[in-house]
Amino acid sequence: MQGGRGTAIRREISKVTIKTVLRASAALSALVLTTGIAQAQDTTRACLITKTDINPFFVKMKEGATAKANELGIELMTFAGRVDGDHETQQQAVESCIAAGVSGILITASDTKAIVDPLSQARDAGILVIALDTPLDPIDAADATFATDNREAGRLIGAWAAGKMGDAAADARIALLNLSASAPSVDVLRNQGFLEGFGIDVGNPDVMGDETDPRIVGGDVTSGNEEGGRQAMESLLQRDPGINLVYTINEPAAAGAYEALRSFGREGDVTIVSVDGGCPGVQNVAEGVIGATSQQYPLLMASMGIEAIAAFAADGTLPETSEGLEFTNTGVNLVTGDAVDGVESISVEEGLERCWG
Amino acid sequence: MSDTPDPVVERNPAETVAQFDRHHRSALDRVQHFLHQYPTMVPVIVLVLSLIAFGLISPNFFSAFNLSLILQQVAVVGTLAAAQSLVILTAGIDLSVGAVMVLISVVMGQLAVNMGVPVPIAILLGLACGAATGALNGFLVTRLKLPPFITTLGTWNIFLALNYYLSGRETIRSQTLDAEAPLLKFFGTRFEIGGAVLTYGVVLMLVVFAVLYYALYYTAWGRRVYAVGDDPESAALAGIQTKRVLLSVYLVAGVICGLAAWSSIGRVGSISPTSFFEANLESITAVVIGGISLFGGRGSIIGPLIGALIVGVFNSGLRLAGVDVLWQLFATGWLIIFAVAIDQWIRKVSS
Repeated sequence: MQGGRGTAIRREISKVTIKTVLRASAALSALVLTTGIAQAQDTTRACLITKTDINPFFVKMKEGATAKANELGIELMTFAGRVDGDHETQQQAVESCIAAGVSGILITASDTKAIVDPLSQARDAGILVIALDTPLDPIDAADATFATDNREAGRLIGAWAAGKMGDAAADARIALLNLSASAPSVDVLRNQGFLEGFGIDVGNPDVMGDETDPRIVGGDVTSGNEEGGRQAMESLLQRDPGINLVYTINEPAAAGAYEALRSFGREGDVTIVSVDGGCPGVQNVAEGVIGATSQQYPLLMASMGIEAIAAFAADGTLPETSEGLEFTNTGVNLVTGDAVDGVESISVEEGLERCWG
Repeated sequence: MSDTPDPVVERNPAETVAQFDRHHRSALDRVQHFLHQYPTMVPVIVLVLSLIAFGLISPNFFSAFNLSLILQQVAVVGTLAAAQSLVILTAGIDLSVGAVMVLISVVMGQLAVNMGVPVPIAILLGLACGAATGALNGFLVTRLKLPPFITTLGTWNIFLALNYYLSGRETIRSQTLDAEAPLLKFFGTRFEIGGAVLTYGVVLMLVVFAVLYYALYYTAWGRRVYAVGDDPESAALAGIQTKRVLLSVYLVAGVICGLAAWSSIGRVGSISPTSFFEANLESITAVVIGGISLFGGRGSIIGPLIGALIVGVFNSGLRLAGVDVLWQLFATGWLIIFAVAIDQWIRKVSS
């Protein structure tokens, strides 16, 4: 009995082993074949890693990168975190990209400090790393950064608001609707830029909330969506019903703030300014919900990134930064139907042509 | 239900023993006993105390308008908390309520605005969709016997994905809704009583709680829900069809999520697939602070309403005082811990 069972088991094992070996060798030969084909084609590969797959801004970025990659014959792999702040998924994506032997990685980092280590491994492996939209910390952890100048985006809407209000700017009552309690760099840059543009002494330009100007009623956070914008606006109006100028981090927050103003019957005498240039937002500018918005160009960021990778793969060329900046400025335009002297802007029609999402 | 032993009669001997050494009891013991008898009093007392405290700290806090504004601000999460409490009463938890709500608001919007379905029918289909999501959760929990936490963790992801798919990740703007489907914004309609400005969304929340109160305390279904939550095995032995009760709970919760979705459109104005990302946790927060035990079968349905109001009062009060938002998170965290600690403490009376 004992010996019989042993033999049966042994026979079973040998069957399993043979099967496994057969399967493994099949898989191996498939792998060798594909690698052979890949080498034969000698295509340049690139990676795009975004914060999420659900925000229209990143959806557009992916579109831009895909279109440009198809045009240049680059094989593009795309990855995204599950939510904004999902660092682990991004780190895994970087590792996959290194394993895949890409020439370049385009990344909008969820955690600008933590991603530096995995990216330095990529750079050690000879991969070009370009930060899109969000600069890394430190900024030189990437070979290049293609981004909107967020301080300039803020400065434009601030200057426009000052021009629009004229003499009344001296008695403005300002509400600041920011993104989140963690005060990410985009919050600081746009907020401080707005205040500088409006002509307010910002104290330390890298710190939000240290301003002493009595025209500032206060700030609150919105999570960058409509519900948050509404809630924040309601609270600030409770603090001071006389608010007549509202800065918002993005256009969904602006739409929410408008709903709150409407419920207070104040929508007619408050000016809202914002940043982003998404299609619903520019439509809101056309309808007077938002006075002016600073438009950014995610599609351009991504297509420039792919071009840079193509150039790098061809002869090792590194991208150059814009003059006077630590990054490559992908441009920002003020969109308004109510142009103000001394502040350059584009029309709503042009904004709609170039909008995203 | 008449042959079920009356719990009061059962408890009588224990109370007699307690009375025996009444003169030894401290004031704290008496408070503990009082709270054990009236568990809803804990959140009520916290609410009253926080109202008084913020009235003293924050200027403008104590106006009829501001107090009614807090009601407006908690209306959506409060309605969602009603759905959540039903599930938690059965010792379950529904992590998908927020995703269901956003999904249904998108369904209603897409049907009415982009597919030309008459608005009332779009709303009915949305509510039916809520029932379907509830039925799916209920089916997985009762038939496949999966733990509610896991089930709804899974469906949360599924519903979010469907939400992004159906919405095309695009927002339907407030102005579009005004022009094409104003009925979707019905619950945002305001009316005034004295200086207080309320919305139909607030009324909806109160009506949902009132109906649930009636259903849980005055119908056989309500007693079965409590019985299943307290001890499913004895409930089954007592002849209750526990699976059917559980399924009905998830179904009702799904429909309430649908109502919350309709209400949220009125509140937010537009229909955005990225709104209310934390609504799941906010609804659980309201339920826990409202004194419903996460172990099921204990707590009053009115508690979560008060729990939601407490969070609203803290947020409003701290914001009005100009306190940095991080302290709102901080305060909410301590409120949750305080609520659970109190729950544990008053449970000791029975042990």
